Amino acid sequence: MTFSPELEARFAKMIASYPPGRQKGALIPMLLYAQDEVGAVTDEVIEEVSRRLNVSRVEVEEVLGYYTMLTREPRGKYHLQICTNISCLLTGGEELFQHACRKLGIGNREKTPDGQFSLEEVECLGACSWAPAMQVNYDFHYHMTPEKLDQLIDSLRKLQ
Amino acid sequence: MTLLAPPHPLEKRVLLRRFPEPRTEPVWIDEYLRTDGYEAIRKALAMEPEQIVDEVKKSALRGRGGAGFPTGMKWSFVDRKSPKPKYVVVNADEGEPGTCKDRILMGYDPHRLIEGVLIGGRAIGANRGWIYIRGEYREYIDILDRAIAEAYERGFLGSNVLGTGWEFHLSTHTGAGSYECGEETALLESLEGKRGNPRLKPPFPATSGAFQCPTIVNNVETFCAVPDIILNGGEWYAALGTPKNGGTRLVCLSGHIERPGVYEVPLGMNLLTILNEIGGGVWKGRKLKAVIPGGSSSPVLKAEECDIPADYDSLAKAGSMLGSGATVVLDETTDMAKVLARLMKFYAHESCGWCIPCREGTTWLKKITARLEEGIGSERDIDTIDRISQSMLGRTFCPLGDAAAMPAMAIARKFREEILEKLSRADAFAPVEGAQPLVVL
Amino acid sequence: MANMVTLTIDGKPVTVPAGTLVIDAAKQAGIDIPAFCYYEGFSVQAACRMCLVEVEKMPKLQPSCALPAAEGMVVHTETPKVVEARKSTIEFLLTNHPLDCPVCDKGGECELQDMTFRYGLGESQFLEIKHHADEKQWSPLVFYDPARCILCYRCIRVCDEGLGVAALGLSYRGVSAEIIPNKGDHLECDECGWCIDVCPVGALTSGTYRYKSRPWEMNYVPAICTHCSNGCKTTLSVRNGEIIRSNNRDRSGINGEFLCVKGRFGFDFVHNEERLQSPLIRKDGKLEPVSWSEALKFVVSRVRETIERNGKFAVIGSTRTTNEENFYLQKFARQGLRTNNIDHHRSGDVITLVDALAGRTDALATVGDLYTCDAALVLGADLAQQHPLLAYQLRANWRHHRSPVFVVTPGPVREDQYAARSLRAEAGGEVERLEELREELKARQNLVVLYGASVKGEAVRRLVAFGDSLGIPVKYVCLVDYVNSRGAVDMGLLPHLGPGYKPVEIPGMHLDAMMAAPDLDVIWVAGANPLEGGREFASKNAFVIVHELFLTETAQRADVVLPSMSLYEKNGTVTNVCGEVQRTKAGPKVMGTKSDLDILGLLAAQLGFDIGIPSQEKVLDEIRRTVRGYNVPLPVLATGGAAQAAVLNGNVPVDAQPEQVRPSGDTLFTSGTLGKYSKRLAQLMEAPGRLFQP
Ligand SMILES: Cc1cc2nc3c(=O)[nH]c(=O)nc-3n(C[C@H](O)[C@H](O)[C@H](O)COP(=O)(O)O)c2cc1C
Ligand code: SF4
Ligand code: FES
Repeated sequence: MTFSPELEARFAKMIASYPPGRQKGALIPMLLYAQDEVGAVTDEVIEEVSRRLNVSRVEVEEVLGYYTMLTREPRGKYHLQICTNISCLLTGGEELFQHACRKLGIGNREKTPDGQFSLEEVECLGACSWAPAMQVNYDFHYHMTPEKLDQLIDSLRKLQ
Repeated sequence: MTLLAPPHPLEKRVLLRRFPEPRTEPVWIDEYLRTDGYEAIRKALAMEPEQIVDEVKKSALRGRGGAGFPTGMKWSFVDRKSPKPKYVVVNADEGEPGTCKDRILMGYDPHRLIEGVLIGGRAIGANRGWIYIRGEYREYIDILDRAIAEAYERGFLGSNVLGTGWEFHLSTHTGAGSYECGEETALLESLEGKRGNPRLKPPFPATSGAFQCPTIVNNVETFCAVPDIILNGGEWYAALGTPKNGGTRLVCLSGHIERPGVYEVPLGMNLLTILNEIGGGVWKGRKLKAVIPGGSSSPVLKAEECDIPADYDSLAKAGSMLGSGATVVLDETTDMAKVLARLMKFYAHESCGWCIPCREGTTWLKKITARLEEGIGSERDIDTIDRISQSMLGRTFCPLGDAAAMPAMAIARKFREEILEKLSRADAFAPVEGAQPLVVL
Repeated sequence: MANMVTLTIDGKPVTVPAGTLVIDAAKQAGIDIPAFCYYEGFSVQAACRMCLVEVEKMPKLQPSCALPAAEGMVVHTETPKVVEARKSTIEFLLTNHPLDCPVCDKGGECELQDMTFRYGLGESQFLEIKHHADEKQWSPLVFYDPARCILCYRCIRVCDEGLGVAALGLSYRGVSAEIIPNKGDHLECDECGWCIDVCPVGALTSGTYRYKSRPWEMNYVPAICTHCSNGCKTTLSVRNGEIIRSNNRDRSGINGEFLCVKGRFGFDFVHNEERLQSPLIRKDGKLEPVSWSEALKFVVSRVRETIERNGKFAVIGSTRTTNEENFYLQKFARQGLRTNNIDHHRSGDVITLVDALAGRTDALATVGDLYTCDAALVLGADLAQQHPLLAYQLRANWRHHRSPVFVVTPGPVREDQYAARSLRAEAGGEVERLEELREELKARQNLVVLYGASVKGEAVRRLVAFGDSLGIPVKYVCLVDYVNSRGAVDMGLLPHLGPGYKPVEIPGMHLDAMMAAPDLDVIWVAGANPLEGGREFASKNAFVIVHELFLTETAQRADVVLPSMSLYEKNGTVTNVCGEVQRTKAGPKVMGTKSDLDILGLLAAQLGFDIGIPSQEKVLDEIRRTVRGYNVPLPVLATGGAAQAAVLNGNVPVDAQPEQVRPSGDTLFTSGTLGKYSKRLAQLMEAPGRLFQP
C-alpha cells in the first residue's frame, strides 16, 4: 500500500530521525498520520507500517489499544471531541457534551448514520484558559456554548 | 483568534517578552533574529558546556513540567564523556488538566524553544533532539515543523551548527492520546514506539534515556527559559524569583475566573494577587471556594489557604504543589463531589494499568466518587476514599498514582462536610442502576 | 569473591554479591518476600508492588524486586507498614477479580489465593460493579480469562525473553489492560504452554486440563519426557491411572520449569484409543487378539525352533526404551539368540565423536554447560525446533551472560535472532565454513559445539580437530533425536559395539543390512518402526516379532505383536543427548501392556536364557558395574538429578558406519511414532512440518 506523496515524504523524514535500527520510534506517529489519511488504522495500514518498521503485529496491537487517538474503526468525517475535564467542567463542558449528544442523536464514541459526525468525550485538551473547548478533527474551538455548537454543526453540515 | 492575553501590569514578561500585545501570527525566524533571537546560542557556543550548566544552576531554574526539579542539576547528571550518543527530549505533552501554557510558547515563539533545546544539547554534548508533542496539537506541530525547517535553512540546526562543526538535529515527534506519556520515562517508551508504560528508575534518563542513551527530558517552558538565562546570566534570572525558585513562570488561569488566560509572573507572587489582580477575581462576582494551584494533581487549597506566595517551596509547605502552573479557580457554587468524580474519572482513564495500586486504586476511586456525585453513599465511603488514596500514595510504580491519590485525599478531607451534606440531601442508599454491590464478602 | 556486600534483613546479616536484588538476598536468608510479578531469571517489572519492604533511611516503601542490595542496608520485610501495604495490594487485586475460585482450575495452587490467605482482609469494602471482560480461546491449548488476570506479565516475559517467540503482548490500559495474542484473536506460537504454568492465577488455562481435576486429587510422578532427546524432567499429574497434565512447576531436573509443547501436552498418546492392549498373533493372515500366555508360548516355540536349526536372527532396538531395557535386549540378542545382528535407528554420529575424543575427560557438555559456557556453536541443527531445551539454555545464557551463539545451518533458524554470526551451509558442508569463525571463537574463554546429523564420520573428526586448534577448552554435544537415542548407543544396540563401545568379536549386520538381507528367519523389533513410509524387509518370509504401543506399519507386518508400555508407564533410567542419565518413574497404567523388560524377562525365562533377573534395579546395577562410564552415583539418580555418563575413556577402533546415521526430521510438533498418536499435537495448526524456517 502507498500513501500520498506528502505523507510518504513525511514518513521518510520521520523514519530517518530515529537512531539506526530504532525505526520503531516512528510507529505511533506513522499510525496516526496514516489513519488521518486512510480514515482508520486498517489491516492494510497495520501490515504496511509493521513491514516498513520491521515490527510484529502484536507490537502494533499493543499501541493501538493504548493510544486513544488511534482507531480501528473509521470515525465521522467530523470528529467532535468535547473536553469535560476540570476547567471545561467548571465552565459548561458537560452541558456542551450533553447538548452535542442530543443535537446529533448519538452518544459517546458513536457516529451519525450518515457517517458525517462522530462524538467523543475527551480528557483535557490543553485549552483550559479558553474553556469550554473542543476539537473538530484537529481544529480547536474555544469558549464554546450550546448555541455556538449548534452553529458549528450546522455550518459543517452545509459544507458537505 | 489569539490565545495571547493582553499583558497585565503586574506581569513580568520574559518568556513572553516578544508579546507586548496580543497577535495571531507566530514569530518566524526573521522577526526572531531581529529581536535578539539565536544570540544566546551564539553565546553558548563560545562557552564551555560546564559553564552553560553552571549558568543554569545559578539561575535556580526549576522544571516547569510539574515536578520542579532543578534543571541545571538535572543537566549535570549527564556524563558528557559517555561514548554513547546523547539526546535532548522536549516534553510538550501538556496533559495535566488545567495546563495550557506550552502551546502558547510553541504556537507564538517556536524559535525560542528551538534555541533553548540547542543550548541544552550543547550543554550535554548531544547531537539530536526530539520535541514530543501531544497528537491533538497538530496546529503546533505544523508551526514547529516550519520553524525547524527555517532553523535548518539558516544553519542553526544541521550537521554544522553556525559553522562550529557541531552537529545538532531536531524533529517533532507526535503522540497519540495519553496523559501518562507526559511522565518522562513513559514518554521515552512512547518515543521508542511502545505503549506509554513508565520505566523503572534508576537508571534515570540522564544515564539511560531515549534508546538507552543519556538523555535530558525537560518541559517546553523550561527550555524556553534558557535563552534569556544565557543572555542575561543566571543570577539575573534567579533574582526575578525567590531563593531556590528562580525566574518567572507561566500561570494558566482557568475555571471560575473573570480573566482566564496565560500570564507570566515572577515566582513567589502571592496566589491571591494572581487571582484577584491579574485574573480579575472570581467570576460573576462570586466568592472563592477553592483553588487547584498546580494542575489537577495538586491538592486543592481552600479559599482561606490561598494567601501564600506561589512558588515551589511555599506551596509544598502548604501541602500542595506548584506543579505545571495550572491554576484552576473554583467558586462558591462548585459541587466538590462532582469535581472529585470528574478528576477520578480522568485518572482511571489515564492509568496505564502497569501497576496494581494505580490500576485498581484509580478505578475504585472513580467508581466510588461517581456514586457520591449521584448522592449515593455514606460517610464510610469518604473514609474509604481516604484509605484507598493512602494505599496508593508512594506505592505506585510512577507518580500517576500519587497524582490521583493526592487530590482525592485533599478533596475528601477538606470538603468532607459538603459531601456528607450532599449525601444526606439525596436519597442515600437508594439502589440505583449501576450501583448495586455485586459481590459482598 | 570481590564485590560482596552485607546487608541486614529482618535482623539477619546477609552477604551477597553487589547488585543482588533484595528479594533474592532475602531468599538466601530464608526470608520469603511475596511477589507476583517478580520471576527469577526474567526481567524486573516492579509492577505488582507486593514485594514492598521497608528500608531504613528511605522514606517510601521500596520494591525489593528492583532494589539492589547495598552495603549496610537495613531491610524490614514484615513491619506493620509493610503488612498493611500487602493487605491493600491484595484488596486492590480482589476488587475486580471474579473470585470464582470454586470453579477455577488454579484453585488450590493459586498464588493469589495463597496471598489472600496470608494477607487478605476478612471483609471487602468494595461495593462497586466489577470490571469484566469475557474469556477467550487463543488456541486449542491456551485460554485467557482477562477478568482473573492480575497483570504480572510473567506470560509475556517467558514467551519473549525465554523462548524468543514474543507471541504475547499487552494492550488497552488502566483496568481494561489485558494480555493479547499475536494474531489478533488467536495465537500462533510454539504452544509450549509455559505461559499457562507461570500464570499465578487462573487467567491462562490449558485446553487439556481445564475443568478436569482439582490439584489435590492427583498423584505427582517424576518422569522424563519421552519425546525428544533433551531429557526434560516432567511431573505427571496422574489420577486413576490417567495422566491429566504434565508440567514441572517444582523446577527440579535439568530443565527447571521449561518444557516444550510435546513435554507439556504431548502425553495424550498414552491414552489414545488405538493403544494395543492385548497381544496379537497372525492367524490365517490376520492379526487376532490372544492372551499373553498364548502369545509368549507362540514366540518361544518359534524362537526355540529357529535356534535349533541355527536360523538367522536380527534385532532392532528402540530409542524410547530405558537403558535397562536396551541393555537387557542386547544381552538377550547376544547371549540368548547368539547374534550380533542388532541395531537401532541412529540419529547422530556419537560413535565417531567418542572415538575422536577418546582418552579425554570433560569433553562432553551437559545441559547445564549450555547455560554457563562462554560461547556456543551450532552446526546443522534447527535447535529451537528439534532440541527446545538446548535452544532455551543457549538463549538464557545469552540473555543472562551475553554469551554469543554462532550458527551454521542449511536454512534460517530462530537462533539467528540473537546469534553473533549466522552462516548458511549445505547439509554436510557445515564444518567447511568454520574457518570464517575462527578468530571470533578463539577469543572466547571456552566453547560448546553442538552438531546435528549432517555432521558425521570424517566431518566429526575435522570438527574436533578444529576445536583442538582453537586453543580453548571445547566441549561437544552430538545431537541425537529421541529420548534414549544416546542410551541405545551407549548400551550397545549396535552390531559392532557392545555396551560402553566395546568392540565385539564378529560384528553383525547393521540396520540397512538387516533390511536388505533376504534370508533372515526371525526379525525382532522392540519398539521401533523401520517399515515406516512403505519400506519393507527383504526377508519376505521372516517371522516378525514386534513390541509396540500401536499398530504401526511394522506391527502390521508382524506375526506376533506384544503390547508394550510407554516410558511414562515404567521405572528406569534414560540417557539424554548430553549423556546425562536420569531416572523416570511409572505414572499412568494402561491395561494389558507390559514393559519391554518384562516381556524379554518372561521370554528369557521360558527360553532358558541365563541373562540375569529382569528387574530394573538389578539391571541398572549391572550396567553401573559393567558399562564403561555408567558408574553413575545412585543418590543423584534417586534424588531426581542427572548424572553424566563418562563414556570417553578408551578407543573405539572401528568404523562408525556414518551412513547409518539418519536424522529423524522431527519438528517441535512431531515425534516419530508417538507424535502421530498424539491427537493434541496433530491438532495444532501451526505444526510447521519443515525445519529451518525462522
Ligand atoms: C503522570 C504524569 C504526567 C506528566 N505530564 C507532563 C506533561 O504533560 N508535560 C510535562 O512537561 N511534564 C509532565 N510530567 C512531568 C515529567 O515527568 C517530567 O518531570 C518533566 O518532563 C521534566 O521536565 P522539567 O524538569 O522541565 O519539568 C508528568 C509527570 C507525570 C507523573
Ligand atoms: S502509577 Fe502504575 S498504573 Fe499508574 S500510570 Fe504509573 S505505572 Fe501505570
Ligand atoms: S480541562 Fe478542558 S481543556 Fe483542559
